[in-house]
Amino acid sequence: MSDILFLFQQTMFFFIPLLIVALGGLFSERSGIINIALEGMMIIGAFAGIFFIHFFQQSMDPQICLLVALLIAGLSGTLFALFHAIASINMKADQTISGTALNMFAPAFCIFVARLVQQTQQVEFSNTFRITKVPVLGDIPFIGEFLFQNTYITNFLGILILVLSWLILYKTRFGLRLRSCGELPQAADSAGINVYKIRYAGTLISGFLAGMGGLIFIVPTSTNFNADVAGYGFLALAVLIFGQWKPWHIAGAAFFFGFMKTIASAGLPFLASLSIPNYFYKITPYVATLIVLAFTSKNSAAPRAEGEPFDKGKR
Amino acid sequence: MKKLFKSEASLNFASSVTAIIAGLIIGLIVIIIANPSNALNGFLTLIQGGFSNGTRGIGQVLNNATPIILTGLSVGFAFKTGLFNIGTPGQFVVGAFVAIYIGVEWTFLPGAIHWLVAIIFAALAGALWGCVPGIMKAYLNVNEVIASIIMNYIGMYTVNYIVPLTVFNINKNETLPVASSAVIPQFGIEHLIPNVNGGIVIAIILVIVIHIILNKSVLGYELKACGFNRDASKYAGINAKQKIVCSMMIAGALAGIGGALVYLGGTGKCLAVVDTLAPEGFNGIAVALLGLSSPFGILAAGLFIAHLTIGGSLMQIYGFIPQIVDIIIAIIIYFSAFALMVKGILANGFHFKKKPKVKEGQ
Repeated sequence: MSDILFLFQQTMFFFIPLLIVALGGLFSERSGIINIALEGMMIIGAFAGIFFIHFFQQSMDPQICLLVALLIAGLSGTLFALFHAIASINMKADQTISGTALNMFAPAFCIFVARLVQQTQQVEFSNTFRITKVPVLGDIPFIGEFLFQNTYITNFLGILILVLSWLILYKTRFGLRLRSCGELPQAADSAGINVYKIRYAGTLISGFLAGMGGLIFIVPTSTNFNADVAGYGFLALAVLIFGQWKPWHIAGAAFFFGFMKTIASAGLPFLASLSIPNYFYKITPYVATLIVLAFTSKNSAAPRAEGEPFDKGKR
Repeated sequence: MKKLFKSEASLNFASSVTAIIAGLIIGLIVIIIANPSNALNGFLTLIQGGFSNGTRGIGQVLNNATPIILTGLSVGFAFKTGLFNIGTPGQFVVGAFVAIYIGVEWTFLPGAIHWLVAIIFAALAGALWGCVPGIMKAYLNVNEVIASIIMNYIGMYTVNYIVPLTVFNINKNETLPVASSAVIPQFGIEHLIPNVNGGIVIAIILVIVIHIILNKSVLGYELKACGFNRDASKYAGINAKQKIVCSMMIAGALAGIGGALVYLGGTGKCLAVVDTLAPEGFNGIAVALLGLSSPFGILAAGLFIAHLTIGGSLMQIYGFIPQIVDIIIAIIIYFSAFALMVKGILANGFHFKKKPKVKEGQ
């Protein structure tokens, strides 16, 4: 029982950031902008957030400090995403190239600034954000133990973002417009929708979520930030595809990938006797995504206009 | 002046130079903000790069340029067929591993061909890694960017899994050094530049080979036709699917050779077991963009970026952080993505001027 509890809580550390970042990717790709810069946006967001925590941790209540840091991480991710938006929407640049440039820029910039400000490139912080027990809810038998003990505020935030994303994309006018811009922007344009504005919104939302996701990934799993999120941005991209560009499928995919990561890093007590090498769990998410891609390619759920710069003259 | 603008080559060159200048200017601004008092000295060191250490510095530039010329060729070659090969880090690392494995284990081979066999097998490994996204693109219509990114991680984890089981130096957490017979000979250029690796000679030979394939062969013509318009090339009787796989295999082979050239270079460098993608792979994208996917352009761009990298590490004398070079390279890539559009505007602008004239003639 305690093994399962431990596994579940470990999985949350990987599941929640993957979920939030992949949902970020969803907003951008559904509006028609390929975002392979998720990795870079995560790095920038985590960097800004950890830097804030590093300096203000002592003088603030930990939960408020974390919430402010999350906001800062999100906003810096948004600012960084603005460059991707300018390149891919106004300048009609190749979105993959622009994304590659941002991915190269982010770690170099973080190391540069960190060493400029404090000589070393690791930004240290101490993890004081764990909630041992949520009052009242933590006392519920079984459920309380799983969901409301030894948890982080970010876990609830992740679930909230999932529900909100689904509501926004499928139940609001904005969501319908966003999705239409990713499928057939010319039709959306002729219906009076400003495709440029919608695509800006999609890309900036994805920057906000990816930036926040970067911080959420670092906080529970580490005590310093070294300009690296271990390829989680690219993994989130795989989650997005594995989840076929749909919020609830993405949640399932993120949980599966997070679980595989947990087994690879923490090990499963009852699987240890099988002596399957860690390597197997590490590559499973990637191989699974390749297989899903191969089988779904005939009727792909990918947004049709993804990656195409919007050209008003083209009908 | 108009003629100068009209020529495609000079237009291309101008757009690359604009991206470089923009990158350097922003780099200079960052340097000034970071440390105003040493900014000028630091920037001059950066620009001087490999030239500040005499022939030693030039040798360093050539050695650093070798892998990124190869990964640049890989990305550029795929670009010509309309494919974005972002899978170079994976192809590079599997090539590097196969070359090291053969370099350490196959000592039964005579010294004259040991290194060559290692390079050939590295090329095959890279081609294998490249053909997966190629096949998926051609026959299943899967986006090659996504498939390549996934193959990068599969390649990295696979190599990190196999190395500790085979040619592992447990004390340093890296591979064993290759046998001396597997080191690429220096082909006599060591008399000119003492510390140079033979790899640069192979890189230059491959630049020429790729130039010939692309511009003087039927295969190259067909590959480029697929890149320009897949449907039209199909109509003309070209097997477009086969050509896509072929292009990705050649691109993968080139990146794989890049991995071999680094670790067979005789510098004693070994492949470390770390969970990070090979940076040489991503730098290849910068090189290919800057070199506008033409083999000789890529050669020049590779040398230029290697030159800047050396300048960046020399800047540490003045207390600057070498990552400034990565920042500059990233900005150059960003602006070269713009440059494609700027070029388009220029070209279209000229079309508009031409069209009415044609109508008048009718």
